[in-house]
Amino acid sequence: MSLQYKISILIFNLQNQLLQTEMFRYIHKCARSTYRTIHSLRQELLKAQGCAYSTSSPNFPGSEHHKPEWTNTPNFILPERGSGIPVYRVLGDDGAVIDGATNPQLSKDECMHMYETMVTLNVMDKILYEAQRHGRISFYMTNFGEEATQVGSAAALDAKDLIWGQYREAGVLMYRGFPLIQFMHQCYGNRKDIGKGRQMPVHYGAKDLHFVTISSTLGTQMPQAVGSAYSYKMQGNGQCVVCFFGDGAASEGDAHGALNFAATLECPIVFICRNNGYAISTPTHEQYRGDGIASRGVGYGVATLRVNGNDIFAVYNGVKEAREMAVRENRPVLVEAMTYRIGHHSTSDDSSAYRSLDEISYWEQEGNPTKKLEAYLIQQGYWTSEQTEQMLKSKRKEVLTAFAEAENEKIGPMTEAYNDVYDVLPQRIQRQLEETKEHFRKYKDKYSNLDKFES
Amino acid sequence: MAAASTAFKKLIGNFGPVLRRCFPSVQVQVSRNAHFKFVEDTPDPNLGDNSFFSLIILIEMYNREKNLVQSIADALDYTLAQDPSAIIFGEDVAFGGVFRCTVGLEEKYGKQRIFNTPICEQGIVAFGIGAAAVGTTAIAEIQFADYIFPAFDQLVNEGAKFRYRSGNEFDCGRLTVRAPCGAVGHGALYHSQSVEAFFSHSPGLKIVVPRGPIQAKGLLRSCIQDDNPCLFFEPKVLYRSAIEQVPVDDYLVPLSQADVVREGSDVTMIGYGTQLHVLKEVAEMAQEQLQVSCEVIDLQTVLPWDEDTVYKSVIKTGKCLVSHEAPITSGFGAELAASIQSECFLHLEAPVVRVCGPDTPFPHVYEQFIIPDKWRCLDALKKLVDY
Repeated sequence: MSLQYKISILIFNLQNQLLQTEMFRYIHKCARSTYRTIHSLRQELLKAQGCAYSTSSPNFPGSEHHKPEWTNTPNFILPERGSGIPVYRVLGDDGAVIDGATNPQLSKDECMHMYETMVTLNVMDKILYEAQRHGRISFYMTNFGEEATQVGSAAALDAKDLIWGQYREAGVLMYRGFPLIQFMHQCYGNRKDIGKGRQMPVHYGAKDLHFVTISSTLGTQMPQAVGSAYSYKMQGNGQCVVCFFGDGAASEGDAHGALNFAATLECPIVFICRNNGYAISTPTHEQYRGDGIASRGVGYGVATLRVNGNDIFAVYNGVKEAREMAVRENRPVLVEAMTYRIGHHSTSDDSSAYRSLDEISYWEQEGNPTKKLEAYLIQQGYWTSEQTEQMLKSKRKEVLTAFAEAENEKIGPMTEAYNDVYDVLPQRIQRQLEETKEHFRKYKDKYSNLDKFES
Repeated sequence: MAAASTAFKKLIGNFGPVLRRCFPSVQVQVSRNAHFKFVEDTPDPNLGDNSFFSLIILIEMYNREKNLVQSIADALDYTLAQDPSAIIFGEDVAFGGVFRCTVGLEEKYGKQRIFNTPICEQGIVAFGIGAAAVGTTAIAEIQFADYIFPAFDQLVNEGAKFRYRSGNEFDCGRLTVRAPCGAVGHGALYHSQSVEAFFSHSPGLKIVVPRGPIQAKGLLRSCIQDDNPCLFFEPKVLYRSAIEQVPVDDYLVPLSQADVVREGSDVTMIGYGTQLHVLKEVAEMAQEQLQVSCEVIDLQTVLPWDEDTVYKSVIKTGKCLVSHEAPITSGFGAELAASIQSECFLHLEAPVVRVCGPDTPFPHVYEQFIIPDKWRCLDALKKLVDY
């Protein structure tokens, strides 16, 4: 390197230092005075246009997006009851497409895939619910009544759209092709469970199916989903993110953060709220006093639609349009699916303690989403009631076979309790594992069921 | 008179680095009533250096002089330049941040990569978890560590357990959360807290606290590259007062590795962050006044911490003092003391001493009565030596 070069570096460095000190201050000062000038010019301009502060219309920065007018009377905005946001439907009670509503014109195969998923989900729910009652698995949560919300939205999405769920979305996973046996492996927590037997039953997850692993903490997935959506926008991969949650979870602070972040950061995300009337025992009138969850979307600047969650075509049309809007405009969309939780909250809950059996049976009969789709299929000539019996039988057999297989599978080794806390096993946890192994070598006879575990 | 004094201060402010370089004995008082004395480290030549000519070295040294804010900004700048997926977000980060750690980054890398979020800590951390889960290097900022608690659920129940609960299908290892922490002289209850112990009880997280600009840059780069969610707590009192020769190159300081800052044979003193400077001074005082040789260890990573270095030192010295600003009960010192006692019992000549904050909230005007300053540490050290 030449001496001139070295000297030029030297001079450059000195200049740099100057910039960092006096020059910086000077520039800062200039910028401030420029800002003042611009501000006063803006005021002049506003005056010239006749809309300066306190004249024709308010120009507070806090409401600049919605351009409100002045009013001379103190008119409170009263939350209207009895005339809430309408519920979008496509199918009538008889399963026929209502006049004026758009039939999504799904092919026979597509319709059958949706129907089969709903039936299978139903059969699996019944068997696993019973299995829990018999003490064969520790816990379960059914999807009764919400099959259309799950399957209808899954069908409307691209298979690569990322799903963040709450726990009552097994139908989405099933629609995407998650094998029956994997559901069973998870509920048994055996060595073939993707989650390595660490979480409670129904906490499914599948990376290849773009379904993020469920966690018990309510609402936490909502702002996380927004982060994923932001990444998808940056990656420009044409996919959107879909976040499911219940009406109860919407009361969590995380739900507020999620909707607000999604709107201000312009994220391609579809929020799907399963409003099934209850959060365990808490009815919605103890959960909120506004017009459901949909009315909040508007407050956050989020495009919003309310659909009949028991009408699979309404869910399908609504979510399909929501997805397109989200991806096309990089904006969040909220879909509130009105439905009813026909089953108990979970196997640890007896819902007859807080609601009437009449109410449940009403929804089981009148609002049953699977029956509604079946009626449509029969009308189209795709299906007959006799075939339903056959399908139920064969699905029952499939589920039971998978169930038995999973039950007989060994559970993973004790090492799996210590792995994956970090990407690599830290020394301290390694030592704790060794201590545990040593302990079990000594006290093998004091613990039960050790033969169920892989060694 | 006032004008002259302002002018003088301005001069000192601008030429402080030069003055310090020419007259190393002149201490420029940067922080009023600071309870510690920052003595800069000599950078480890292994961390990367590209000087080649004595005069140039001098000038370059002058230029590489960076405070903690600048070294953090430097680490962030490197990250954004090297990793096109990296994003930085939080409250007020776009204009440069309330502590100026993100100055100039928005202009350089665009609004899509450096952006403000609404004021909602749980949202910020969760947003980072979600972004990290799909391959984005997410660097979140919580404006003060005191305000990280709304995100406690997201960090402890979600971020920390993400990999474990999914059987390693999903993880949020690309998340780093930065937050200013520690006493600052007048921060009172909600601008002074040291929150590391709350999170040290949460397997799955990494917690890092640097002691100065050189360490901060390398440790922050390591946190960002590490495949686990990391909490990076920046002692804010050092933001401007700590100035060092920060290597220009990109470099990593390994996590879960403590740094023996000063070797000694009589007592081991363990700390991290600002408190390390207190301990360094105490070690000097102990040498001069008591002829006691102290080994000072900067833990650097609070979780998972470097047991080997700590035990090795305590086995050698036989006596140990642990110190942190956070309250003593269930503070991280408790973990250190208990572990040391169980691992080094036969080598200990005295019980492990903890010099920490009291079990009170952090007060405004009474800060000097609660901070574990050098006199408290020295006094505890005297008792320890005489045990």
